Amino acid sequence: MSTAIAISGVSKRFAEIQALDNISFDICQGEFFGLLGANGAGKSTLINIIAGLVRATTGSVKVLSYDVVKQYRQARQRLGVVPQELVYDPFFNVREVLQLQAGYFACGKANYRWIDELLELLDLTEKAKENLYALSGGMKRRVLIAQALVHKPDIVVLDEPTAGVDVELRKSLWQMTNQLHQQGMTIVLTTHYLEEAEALCDRIAILSHGKLKILDAKHQLLDRYPYRWLCLYFHQKFVVPDALQAKVVTQTEQQLTLKLHKQQDSIGEILEYFHQQGLILQDLQMKEPSLQDVFLELTQEAS
Amino acid sequence: MNWVGMWTLFYKELMRFLKVTIQTLLTPVITSLLYLVVFSHVLEGHVEVYPNVSYTAFLMPGLIMMTILQNAYANSSSSLIQSKMTGNLVFLLLAPISNIEFFIAFVTAAIVRGLMVGFGLYIASLFVVDLPTYSWLWIVLFALLGSAILGAMGVIAGIWADTYEKISAFQNFIIVPSTFLSGVFYSINSLSEFWQIVSKFNPFFYLIDGFRYGFFGISDVLPFKSLLVATIFLGLLSSGCLWLLSIGYKIRQ
Ligand SMILES: Nc1ncnc2c1ncn2[C@@H]1O[C@H](COP(=O)(O)OP(=O)(O)OP(=O)(O)O)[C@@H](O)[C@H]1O
Ligand SMILES: [Mg+2]
Repeated sequence: MSTAIAISGVSKRFAEIQALDNISFDICQGEFFGLLGANGAGKSTLINIIAGLVRATTGSVKVLSYDVVKQYRQARQRLGVVPQELVYDPFFNVREVLQLQAGYFACGKANYRWIDELLELLDLTEKAKENLYALSGGMKRRVLIAQALVHKPDIVVLDEPTAGVDVELRKSLWQMTNQLHQQGMTIVLTTHYLEEAEALCDRIAILSHGKLKILDAKHQLLDRYPYRWLCLYFHQKFVVPDALQAKVVTQTEQQLTLKLHKQQDSIGEILEYFHQQGLILQDLQMKEPSLQDVFLELTQEAS
Repeated sequence: MNWVGMWTLFYKELMRFLKVTIQTLLTPVITSLLYLVVFSHVLEGHVEVYPNVSYTAFLMPGLIMMTILQNAYANSSSSLIQSKMTGNLVFLLLAPISNIEFFIAFVTAAIVRGLMVGFGLYIASLFVVDLPTYSWLWIVLFALLGSAILGAMGVIAGIWADTYEKISAFQNFIIVPSTFLSGVFYSINSLSEFWQIVSKFNPFFYLIDGFRYGFFGISDVLPFKSLLVATIFLGLLSSGCLWLLSIGYKIRQ
């Protein structure tokens, strides 16, 4: 697959702060890419460098083979960016804002039908004549997304699009990004909701303190985590053998959760032990690791 | 060139002030008329700057030019600082618009605002003063140059400032004194030699002097000299501004 965004050796220094430290990786065309990391990890800085809003101290970024500084026209034309902050121009209404944004990208009246479609898609048709300041936060967020799509870019970068958004809108945003992805658009998403990244992204990069910690396909990332959880419910009181004490996560009178290593711990042996004690199992659950677990493990390692 | 993009930005800048015309067009016209009433009431009959030109008539072109300059400046500077403070400048920075297109769109909108206010004040003044016209060509030329220069200064100030306070400091400590001390209310020939020399280092003086020449056919320095100075000044400011944009000063960290 060919490269949508090529990031090579990008570093960024803001006075004292090293916001990004020698980041290099590629995002492929048609990919749904997740960019994760704690607050201040450098996600927005990287996105802003891709978008040409911030200049890298060293290194370069290419969008569909166009350098974002030297060939900014071609690069920006192909890129749609949803900024993290809820920014808007209070002088204009929703439709005007979209028409202006389209105009900046040299799209003329031929584009107006697409604007209508976008309004419909984002459920903004009724608000088309409302001034931006009169919209709720979630609606402003939708306008931001429409603005990013107004020139039909090949790549969309969404910086925390679901922050502060209600469950319903979040679901519909997921649906929409999925739909765009299916139509062949490359999508880059940052989020703090790991279920979101897990549900949507093909590949995930994790930044920590400006460094690229992890870059892997989602499934490999999940497989890489060596633990899973076993949750046992008993009919009567039980005793945990010494050998298992270290693996206990939670324990109540009749319930026990163990964190088990996928290769080293045998579930069969554990069940056998309780069986020999004459304990009767009421229920049993296995929990596979989520992205959240992987993420926490990695960030704990880092700090 | 991204013509559509540049046109759209120009149109947006135009709409921005046309949506609040009371504040952007009417208020400056009325303020300047008040100046006219007060100063001409106090000084009419006491001062004759040019032969056979009443003080009120003498004052008018200077007031019009001052109003043009201040409004051209206000247009680009306030638009930029507002966009920066509210963060919506990002939409423009994401677009494939070059520095020169950015610059031209902002300055042209500033020119239009300057000329509209100036023309409004001119029309209003016809009811108050008997203002001759010697040459529309010079009048329009200097109105264009003046508003372009101040539009460019507004862009520079808008790029540089990160608070409203800095914008108004720029306005109050640079723009207002330079316009007031540029011969709006007097001819520099009435000043002492020292202040005459100082005035000649003030580019605004040439704008007002050349503009006034368009009305009376009389001026303190040759209009061609004023034209030259103003053009060079505009060239310098534009290059400076384009350079700031090209290094991304403050707006693309
Ligand atoms: N304009 C700036 N000036 C100075 N420092 C900055 C600037 N922008 C970002 N930083 C610093 O760079 C680091 C990375 O910030 P960035 O916004 O990229 O983080 P992030 O991963 O997007 O965080 P969040 O999840 O909170 O959005 C932070 O320490 C931040 O304080
Ligand atoms: Mg961020």
